[in-house]
Amino acid sequence: MEHPAGSNVSLARRAWSIRRLALRMGEVQGQGYIGQALGVADVLAVSYFHALRYRPGDPDWEGRDRFLLSIGHYAIALYAAMVEAGILPEDEIETYGMDDSRLPMSGMAAYTPGMEITGGSLGHGLGIAVGMALGLKRKKNGAFVYNMLSDGELGEGSTWEAVMGAAAWKLDNLIAIVDFNNQQADGPTTEALATGPGTEAAKWQAFGWHAEEVDGNDIEAVVAAFDRARNLTEPKPRAIICNTKMCKGVPFLEDREITHFVRVEPEEWAKALDHLDGEMPA
Amino acid sequence: MTIGPNSRRTPAHIARPKPAAGGARTSAMIASLDAEGRSTVPAPFGNALVELAKSRDDIVGLTADLSKYTDLHVFAKAYPDRFYQMGMAEALLMSTAAGMAREGFTPFATTYAVFASRRAYDFIVMAIAEENLPVKIVCALPGLTTGYGPSHQATEDLAIMRGMPNLTVVDPCDATEITQATQAIAASPGPVYMRLLRGQVPDVLGEYGYEFELGKAKEIRGGSDVLFISSGFMTMRCLDAAAALEKDGVSCAVLHSPTIKPLDEATICAEAAKGGRLVVTAENHSVTGGLGEAVAGALARNQVHVPFRQVALPDEFLDAGALPSLHDQYGLSVSSITTRVKGWLSD
Repeated sequence: MEHPAGSNVSLARRAWSIRRLALRMGEVQGQGYIGQALGVADVLAVSYFHALRYRPGDPDWEGRDRFLLSIGHYAIALYAAMVEAGILPEDEIETYGMDDSRLPMSGMAAYTPGMEITGGSLGHGLGIAVGMALGLKRKKNGAFVYNMLSDGELGEGSTWEAVMGAAAWKLDNLIAIVDFNNQQADGPTTEALATGPGTEAAKWQAFGWHAEEVDGNDIEAVVAAFDRARNLTEPKPRAIICNTKMCKGVPFLEDREITHFVRVEPEEWAKALDHLDGEMPA
Repeated sequence: MTIGPNSRRTPAHIARPKPAAGGARTSAMIASLDAEGRSTVPAPFGNALVELAKSRDDIVGLTADLSKYTDLHVFAKAYPDRFYQMGMAEALLMSTAAGMAREGFTPFATTYAVFASRRAYDFIVMAIAEENLPVKIVCALPGLTTGYGPSHQATEDLAIMRGMPNLTVVDPCDATEITQATQAIAASPGPVYMRLLRGQVPDVLGEYGYEFELGKAKEIRGGSDVLFISSGFMTMRCLDAAAALEKDGVSCAVLHSPTIKPLDEATICAEAAKGGRLVVTAENHSVTGGLGEAVAGALARNQVHVPFRQVALPDEFLDAGALPSLHDQYGLSVSSITTRVKGWLSD
């Protein structure tokens, strides 16, 4: 495996670092999709420090697993993971969202090393992932394509075109990761088109995928789900529905009324960081 | 308030008295421009792609259930392992093509022009054009080349596609040009939208010694009274109109401009600036946002002040019917062009 998994740093510590880096970026701008970043940090820790193969100094390495972020507004979380992974230098987080920064607030391929696609227009990532998975197979390249999408994105018809396409082409090198935090811009996803925990995996299974739901904030459970997805021998695409809690890891934010864009007061960034500093995992 | 039915459009022929039996013509599904006594070439795009693929391992073909109607079936038969059937799913078609381009391939993605331009627009913008990926989108039924009505008539596709940064837009005329343009767009580094005539496609430009060059407008014939600037099959119509008008003592030049974007403004402005000629743009597209308005913009920006007229489809949802009737009705036929040109010259 070509990633820093061999180090003795725990995944819990990696997730903690990702949360911390994301908070520092939010502090720079006084805003950011911090609720999502805190919620998905455990899944990103497992992705970048357990599952993915990559070379931190060579983000275009042909043998890398591709990680496609559909949800451009989660860029703050992915930058944090890529800083922790050594793909991006840590001092760049001070430029987050600023003019001339390589870290725009919505993720774009042309701006940032390691950012595979331009996200933000939801419903694109999984279709592009289908094309990359087909391309890798043509090249006889054994890498996986991961696509991280959101529960709200499951409302986009194009996502389901891609779900059908991936099954039709038996893309066993494609792994979809759904961050299911039950929160889209106007309210709970389950009050829109999603049906919610306990039912989402069955939809994907009905379309011919291997799919399972896990507690996305239970690192051991997420590791096990990623391992099953990677090691499955059936010729079908794989989906991991990760039920996550927005703002996870910072209790005073967890308790706040959850919205798509969680408001954080200027003095609260430091308070949130202080809380994390007091709970550094081994 | 009372909510009642809204007013809806009534096609002209529905409002008219019914034609006598036997006088009706059939509604052609597929662009059938071959009934004009010309020599034709079968499936020029499909055959050109097969030829190209012999030396280009990176070329793959994708379609959304329209290989037979975009001539991609010829490629699929020759290279079954390089052909990707994406089903009736145009968003997936474009996104998959983008993904394969990211992995180093040169995908040719085919569908109808209405589906690419209307349904898949966001996917072409964000997955393909924004990242300047070499996806070649090749679409049948451009403009008014079917009698099936607005569901199939892409009368505004050029306007839509011209609005997209990075995208090259090509509207070829005939079989010769489709063959050459297929090679040229495969060699170009960025994304391309190319309109397609498929099936038995007329071969016209070969006799003029024409050779397609991406981004270049070329004079097909000279003339001193009228300068036609045309694209697509309207160049054939302009050549026929020029021949007819010549018998009436009107001398017409035809400048063929198959690359709609980037437009060859230098050649167009230089030809128009020669002066003494009525400039007439001719396109198989709505008056809004296609070749005509692109030329008008170029002339205005470059201070070329010349008399200017536009042959184009009206800014309307068009009727269903037989293609020759519709071309007469909407002004794309040779006789319609010649009549109007004579009128404009006498204005």
